[in-house]
Amino acid sequence: MQRLSVCVFLMFASLWTCNGVSAFNMKKGVSDVSNSVYDLHMTMFFICICIGVIVYGFMFYAMIKHRKSKGAKASNFHENAFIEIVWTTIPFLILIAISIPATHTLIKIYNQDDSEIDIKITAYQWKWQYEYLGEGVSFFSNLQTPKEEIVGIRKKNPNYLLEVDNPLIIPVDKKVRFLVTSSDVIHSWFMPDFAIKRDAIPGFINEIWTKVKYIGTYRGQCAELCGKDHAYMPIVVEAKSQQEFDSWIKNKKIEAKKERELASKKWSKQELMTRGEATYKKICAACHQPNGKGSPPVFPALDGAAIVKDKDKIAHHIDIVTHGIKGTAMQAFIHQLSLVDIAAVITYERNAWGNKTGDVIYPQDINNYIKTGKYQPQNK
Amino acid sequence: MRVTPAKLGLIALAMFGFGFLMVPIYDVFCKVTGLNGKTDVNAYQYDPKIAEIDTSRKVEVQFITTKNEGMEWYFEPSIYSIKVHPGEVGVLDFIAENLTARRIIGQAIPSVTPFEVTNYLHKVECFCFATQVLGPHEKMVMPLRIIVDPNLPKHIKKLTLSYTLFDVTSFDESM
Amino acid sequence: MEANTHLQSEPHGPPSGIMRWILTTNHKDIGTMYLIFSLIMFFVGGAMSMVIRAELFQPGLQIVEPEFFNQMTTLHGLIMVFGAIMPAGVGLANWMLPLMIGAPDMAMPRLNNWSFWLLPFAAIMLVSTLFMEGGGPNFGWTFYAPLSTTYAPPSTTYFIFAVHILGISSIMGAINIIATILNLRAPNLTMMKLPLFAWTWLITSYLLIAVMPVLAGAVTMMLFDIHFGTSFFNAAGGGDPVLFQHIFWFFGHPEVYIIILPAFGIVSSIIPTFSRKRLFGYSAMVWATASIAFLSLIVWAHHMFTVGMPLTGELFFMLATMLIAVPTGVKVFNWTATMFRGSISFETPMLFASAFLVLFTMAGFSGLMLSIAPANMQYHDTYFVVGHFHYVLVPGALFSVFAAVYYWLPKWTGYMYDEILGKVHFWLSFIGVNVTFFPMHFVGLAGMPRRIPDYALQFADFNAISSVGGFLFGVTQLLFVFIIIKCVKGGKKASAKYWDGAHGLEWSVPSPAPYHTFVRPPEIEEDKDYF
Repeated sequence: MQRLSVCVFLMFASLWTCNGVSAFNMKKGVSDVSNSVYDLHMTMFFICICIGVIVYGFMFYAMIKHRKSKGAKASNFHENAFIEIVWTTIPFLILIAISIPATHTLIKIYNQDDSEIDIKITAYQWKWQYEYLGEGVSFFSNLQTPKEEIVGIRKKNPNYLLEVDNPLIIPVDKKVRFLVTSSDVIHSWFMPDFAIKRDAIPGFINEIWTKVKYIGTYRGQCAELCGKDHAYMPIVVEAKSQQEFDSWIKNKKIEAKKERELASKKWSKQELMTRGEATYKKICAACHQPNGKGSPPVFPALDGAAIVKDKDKIAHHIDIVTHGIKGTAMQAFIHQLSLVDIAAVITYERNAWGNKTGDVIYPQDINNYIKTGKYQPQNK
Repeated sequence: MRVTPAKLGLIALAMFGFGFLMVPIYDVFCKVTGLNGKTDVNAYQYDPKIAEIDTSRKVEVQFITTKNEGMEWYFEPSIYSIKVHPGEVGVLDFIAENLTARRIIGQAIPSVTPFEVTNYLHKVECFCFATQVLGPHEKMVMPLRIIVDPNLPKHIKKLTLSYTLFDVTSFDESM
Repeated sequence: MEANTHLQSEPHGPPSGIMRWILTTNHKDIGTMYLIFSLIMFFVGGAMSMVIRAELFQPGLQIVEPEFFNQMTTLHGLIMVFGAIMPAGVGLANWMLPLMIGAPDMAMPRLNNWSFWLLPFAAIMLVSTLFMEGGGPNFGWTFYAPLSTTYAPPSTTYFIFAVHILGISSIMGAINIIATILNLRAPNLTMMKLPLFAWTWLITSYLLIAVMPVLAGAVTMMLFDIHFGTSFFNAAGGGDPVLFQHIFWFFGHPEVYIIILPAFGIVSSIIPTFSRKRLFGYSAMVWATASIAFLSLIVWAHHMFTVGMPLTGELFFMLATMLIAVPTGVKVFNWTATMFRGSISFETPMLFASAFLVLFTMAGFSGLMLSIAPANMQYHDTYFVVGHFHYVLVPGALFSVFAAVYYWLPKWTGYMYDEILGKVHFWLSFIGVNVTFFPMHFVGLAGMPRRIPDYALQFADFNAISSVGGFLFGVTQLLFVFIIIKCVKGGKKASAKYWDGAHGLEWSVPSPAPYHTFVRPPEIEEDKDYF
C-alpha cells in the first residue's frame, strides 16, 4: 500500500514538472534540438523513476518488514546465478533502448551543414564579442547590471546578472552557425533555451548551430570558470523576424560608420565626461571600482593616482589604456574600445572623484598616439 | 601470486611516463584523424600539372581571425570568404599592422571547422608556417594559398579557417 | 580461531609520547593517524564550504570577493578529495585489512609510516597558499589550463608540489595494500574467501597505481609550461588546452571510483552484519567491482562533452559511460537482496549504510542522466553536476566512512559509542545532506552555472534552502567529534564480537584490539567459505 502511494505521488510529481515551465525542470527551449534534448531528459528521468520505484520498493519493504524487532527471521539464500544474469541483462537492454534516441539527437546536433548565417563568438575575460561574418558588424557585449546592485546598495532588477548592453540579434527560422573561440582562457557559451553549450578554447575554433523557432529574448551565461568575473559575463540573444533583423543589421552598419566619423568630430569636455563615465562604469569599474579606489595592489586606485593627475604623465596614461600592461590583468583596449571611448574614459578618469585636472583628451589625440607614440595635443 | 613492491613501483613509474606519452599520442591521433581541427603547419606540395579539379561544385572557405590577449596588431583577411573548386588553388591576402611602438613577433595558429575537413584543407603557402616579425608601426601583406582537396565529402559546402594570432616576442627572447 | 593471547600484549608496550606517533610502524597507530588527519581536514574543507554557502545564501556579493570565492571552491574540492576522503579510506584500510586477513601488520610498515607523514606536510603547504602573495589556487579543483598556467597566481608552484606529494603518498599506500593482500593472507584464506572490503581495496589500489602517476604527469607539464617555456597546453607553441583535460580526466574519472570503491567495500561489510544474512552474490560483487574499475579507465571524456569532440568520440564515451550503470546496478541489487528476508536492526552503522544505499542509487540516476551526451549540453558545468557529485561523495563516500567508524570504533577503543547520540548524528546529517544537495538539481536544470559567487534572481530560493541545509550539516559534524571523543574516554565495554551478526577475522580479536594481533596466523578451515 505504501509502495503504491509512493508510486502515485512520484507519477504526479513528474507529470507536473513535465510541462517544461516549472521551477523544478529544464526548459523545453525554442528550437527542435532543444525540444529533442528535453525529451531525452524526460525519458531518462522517467526510466530512472520506474527503476527507482522498483528498487526502492524492495529496499523499503525490507527495511520495514524484515526487521528483527518485528520478529523477522533471517533466510539463508546468498546467491543465485540466474537472477544475477537477469538483473544484468535487463538494465543492459534498457540502456540500448535509450542509446538509440540519444545517438539520433547527437547526430542531429553534429549536422552543421547548410547554415545561413555565420556569427563568430569570441570570449574574453569577462565579456563576449560578436562578429557577423561578411557584414562588417562586430561589437562587444558587456554585463549591464551596475555594481550598486551587486553589492546591495540598490535593489536588484528582475534581469539581475542576465542583462547586457549589446545583445546578440539573430533571425528566427534560419540556421545560425556560431563559431566559438576565446582570446584568453577557456570560457563556454551556454544558452539553455537553445540547448547549446560550446567551450571557447584559445587558439582553436569550435562550431555549433541553432534554428530558433520563436521570436523572443533568451538569456544564458558563461559556463566554464574563467577567472574572477566568471559569474559576470552573461549572454543575451534576441531572436527577431527576418525584416527586423535585416533593418537592425543595416542600422548597425550605419552606427559603425557614424562611430568612425565621431573620431574626427569636435567633442566638448562635458560630452566626453558623459560618454567616459558610461564607458568607465561598464568596462573599468569591475576592477577599478565605481569610486576609483580599485583593490590595490592588483587593481590600482585611479582616484588620486599620479598617472591620472600629473600632466606630464598623460602619454603614459594613454599608453596604459590603449596598450595595456603586459603580464598583468590590465588588457590592451585598443581593439575593444573605439578612439572616442578611449579618449572619453581617460578624460573622465582625469576629472572624476578627487582628480580635478581639467585635462581633456580627444579622439584625435588617441589616434595620433597610436600612430606616433607621442601625445601632441592639438590647439583648440 | 607473489607480487613484489618493486614490480608495482615500476608500474607506477611506467604510468607516469604514459602521462607524458599521451602528449605525442594525442598529436599523432589528431593528425591521423584530423579530429582536432589542427591543420598542417607544413606546406602542401602542389603540382598544377597533376592536380585534379572538381568543377562540379564550389566550396565556400571563410576566414576569421582572433587576436589572442589583445595582441596589438591589426590582423584581418582582405576578403572574408572565397568560393573555390576543390582542387584549385585559392589565393587571398591577410593584412597585418603592428599598432605599437615596439617590435613584436607574432605567430598565427590555424584551426579549422568542421573537424572532418582538417585533412582536406591544404595550405600551399601560409604565414602560419613561421613566426612573423613586425617593427614599430610596420605593415605587411601576407599571402595565403590554400587548396580544398577534391575528395572532400560532398555534403560539406562551407568551412571556416580560423587564425589566432599570438604575441610570441618573449618566447623568442628566452631562446 | 582465537589469536594467541600470550604473544599479544607487548611486555614493554608501545613507546610513549610524541615519538611513538612519529616513528610508529604499527598499522593500528598509522590507521588512527590517518583518520584523525582526515577528520581535521574534513573540518578545514568544511569551513570553506561554509564560506561558500554563506556567500551563496543570497544573490549579490555580501561576504567575500569573487577572487577569494574562487580560492574557496578550489581548495574545498582539493582538501575534501585529497585531504579528507582519501586519507579516511586509507586509514580504514590500514586499521582493518591486516585484521581481516589474519596478518600481523601491513607488508611494508616503514613505508606505511612515510605514506602517512607526507600528508600533513602536503596539507599545510596547500592551505598555506591562501596566505601567499596573489592568493591560493583559484582555478577549480580540476585546474584547467591556461587558467592554471598562464593566468595562475604565483602560489601555483606550491600547489603543484603539494599535489605531487599527495600523489606519492597514495601510490606508496596502494603498493603497500596490494602487497599486503596478495602476500600476507593467513593460510587457506583464498582470494574468493576475502571479505569484500579487501577486494575493493585491492582493486582500488591497482587503479591508484595506474592513474595517480598520470596526475603527476599533468601537474609536471603544468610546471614546465609555467616555468620552463614549454607549450604543452598553449596553442601559441603548438600545444592544446584540451590536451590538459584529456590527461587530467584520464586520472580524474578513475579517481572518483578510487573514492567510491572502498565505500562499496564498507557497505558490503555492514549490511550483511545488520541483516544477519550473508552478502548476496559474493562472486558477482567481485566481478562487478572489477568491471567498474576497468570501465572507469575508458570513460574519461564524459567530463568533456562540450569541448568540441568529434561525433565518434562523443558517442563512444556516452555509450561506455552508460555501461557503467550495469555493474553498479548489480551491486545495488545485491545489497538489497542481502537485506531482503533478513533480520534487520538499525544501529547507527546500519542507518548510514542504508542511507548510502538509497542516496547513492539516486546519485546513480543523476549520473545516468548526465551520461546522455545531448542532454549533457544542458547539464554540464551547472549545479546539476554539483548535485550529482555531492550525492555520490557525501551520502555516498562520506556516509560510508561514518558507517565504518561507528561499526569499528568499539574495536579500536574498547568501548561502545553512545548509540542515541549516534542516531541523532545520523538523522541530522541525513536531513542536512538532502536539504543541501537536492535543490541543486533544480537550480542546475534551471541553468545556474558552477563556480559562481553570485547568481540571477530565479536561483535565489533554492540556494537559500541549500545554504540552510549546509549550515545544519556542518554544525552536526561537531556532534560526531563529540561522540568519538566520548567513546575514546569510556562507555559500555565492548566484547570481541559486539555485533551479533558480524563475521570475519577482525571479530576474533579482543576489543580494543591489542597492539600486535595475529603474530601467529589464525587457523582457517579449508572447506568453510564464509566470513
